[in-house]
Amino acid sequence: MTDIAIRCEGIAKQYRIGERERYRALRDVITDMVTAPFRRVRSASQDSSHGNGNNKETRFWALKDVSFEIKRGEVAGIIGRNGVGKSTLLKILSRITEPTRGSADIWGRVGSLLEVGTGFHPELTGRDNIFLNGAILGMRKTEIARKFDEIVAFAEVEKFIDTPVKRYSSGMYMRLAFAVAAHLELEILLVDEVLAVGDASFQKKCLNKMQSLSEHGRTVLLVSHNMSSVTRLCERTILLDDGSVACDGRSQEVVSVYLQSGVGASAQRQWDNIEKAPGNDVVRLRAVRVRTETGEVTDTIDIRRPIGIEMEFDVLKPGCFLVPNLHFVNEEGVYLFAASDHDPKWHRRPRPSGRFVSTAWIPGNFLSEGTLTVGAAVSTMDPVVVHFFERDAIAFHVVDSLDGDSARGDYAGPFPGVVRPLLKWTTEYGLGIAAGPLAGVEDGNR
Amino acid sequence: MTFTEATPSRAIPAPSVGQSALPHTRIEPSKGWISLGLRELWQYRELLFFLAWRDIKVRYKQTALGAAWAVIQPLFTMLVFTLFFGRLAKVPSDGIPYPLFSYTALLPWQLFAYALTESSNSVVANERLITKVYFPRLVVPLASIVAGLVDFVIAFALVIAMMIWYGVRPTWAVLTLPFFVILTMATAFGVGLWLSALNAQYRDVRYTLTFIVQLWLFASPVAYSSTLVPVRWRPFYGLNPMAGVIEGFRWALLGKSQAPGTMLWVSVVVVALVLVGGLYYYRRMEKTFADVV
Repeated sequence: MTDIAIRCEGIAKQYRIGERERYRALRDVITDMVTAPFRRVRSASQDSSHGNGNNKETRFWALKDVSFEIKRGEVAGIIGRNGVGKSTLLKILSRITEPTRGSADIWGRVGSLLEVGTGFHPELTGRDNIFLNGAILGMRKTEIARKFDEIVAFAEVEKFIDTPVKRYSSGMYMRLAFAVAAHLELEILLVDEVLAVGDASFQKKCLNKMQSLSEHGRTVLLVSHNMSSVTRLCERTILLDDGSVACDGRSQEVVSVYLQSGVGASAQRQWDNIEKAPGNDVVRLRAVRVRTETGEVTDTIDIRRPIGIEMEFDVLKPGCFLVPNLHFVNEEGVYLFAASDHDPKWHRRPRPSGRFVSTAWIPGNFLSEGTLTVGAAVSTMDPVVVHFFERDAIAFHVVDSLDGDSARGDYAGPFPGVVRPLLKWTTEYGLGIAAGPLAGVEDGNR
Repeated sequence: MTFTEATPSRAIPAPSVGQSALPHTRIEPSKGWISLGLRELWQYRELLFFLAWRDIKVRYKQTALGAAWAVIQPLFTMLVFTLFFGRLAKVPSDGIPYPLFSYTALLPWQLFAYALTESSNSVVANERLITKVYFPRLVVPLASIVAGLVDFVIAFALVIAMMIWYGVRPTWAVLTLPFFVILTMATAFGVGLWLSALNAQYRDVRYTLTFIVQLWLFASPVAYSSTLVPVRWRPFYGLNPMAGVIEGFRWALLGKSQAPGTMLWVSVVVVALVLVGGLYYYRRMEKTFADVV
């Protein structure tokens, strides 16, 4: 009992739709009051058929029933799809907003870091902002004064400490903001996605700082979209889905559960019953898989390694010209590219009946990081017939372990682009200056 | 929401260091009447100080005249009042030189108008803080009231100069001055609590505010004396709390006009009601701030 830092019991939070998006003007309230009687008449007629329809339209549960316990000194991650209520949960635990139902008990002083640089004022200097931000985060003035030099050194802004922060680069701003928060001497830290900022070396610094916090017995609850930082930092992870805890356990396991369920497809899909498999009386799809170059089926591929997309299909009617093809879409829904089978063995040749396994190899250092869904199809050209097209057949994740030898180099921040080739770069040096005297020497030799 | 020190954990011998000293927070939906949480507000007094300090520091940043604005505003209002009300309309000023008469009223008035405007906008202006960090929400309007005091102190220097110039000697009544300053702030705070909580929901407040302040100025004895109001109506005039405050302020500082009697007490009661009501209303509404602001 005594070693528990946070205990949540059946936490639920209801929002009115649109409540977060916009404020109400008095005009709206007046409009509401004027139209209310009519609405009541309308909803009364509806109510006779099904419950209180009006309520269902305008309210939704961001969290339905969340219960868990976090022990003292534990570093736990919270993951889940966008809009699943992760941030709402942190807001409830940091007492920014109230739960609609349920309760939570917290033992220890809580610092919440829902945003980097909360309360920073652009007109104030770095020095002023450290004190202001520290006070906002719950530090005492004497405590801030004691840690002042440490904070400034951590943020690497010594020279600019008396400059208004509006003149800081965004990197400096972030560093200073994180530095203040990282030096909070509180027992419990609630952190929301703040590690996704700054350059690689600073991110590393933040991660180290977080790690040392946990070694000093701090309890940390971290909400993140970055699976690699969750697995690196947290021994335990809680997966939220549909407003409640879907999975709670060791980070690696929970993350892989999430990755498989999150996109509604996995790295491998098989159709055991041929009757229900996509296709027609010519050809039927039996399986689609993602393989590494060593033949392992996996949903997570290192960005530097080639990716094999394997498609298994049964040809039922012999003598057809069949072209397997694959379609790649990223998580934003951008259609990246399509690829069709060019294997000379079967290109423009009729196929006998039986099982075929075609694999397309995507080279390493080609796709960017993220989740890709693959559509699998078999078609016949001239005339075009699509025998089947399974749009979301499988999905896999391309990850960059940030070792520095991928296309992003040593930069760990957001990296744009739908492809990320590792290009060959050539460099020539010193031509302009060296050309003169060298040419002269050559002339003299002649 | 309640905030209590952990008693159960103190009863159990803690296996490791510090557990018994850890504060316990219980989070649950609040129901019915909530406590004002004044003890917690006291714990956050440093934040109150820092927010007020921020407002003060930032206010005159990138202005050429800086803090001189604190004097310029009441000074020019006084000059205009003196010309039109004092000289042209010959408004009686209880035997006090009209410039001094109106300036002593403008001092608490400016404090009130500033504190009211700032505190009413405070919840919306500090939206980022409110949606990202927990602290007793009362800190926000309170800090903007405190920040208003600095302008008041600066403007006060001029009234001393004017009293020396006109040879007005303060009486013992000057000792009551702090009471009237506090009453001014309490009035602004009380009304500001209602308006800031409303403003979080309905932005109409922001537009109504300048209008309210303007009307209120003419309803208060700034440019004229409350002696213009018939004696039997004066207690009712006190329903405008600024009437009692301003007359009291004049009396405390100049000691010439008569001490405000019934009118002042009516004002004090009105302020107390508005303030206590405002505190409870604000506390009731504050739990929705993060969701609606």
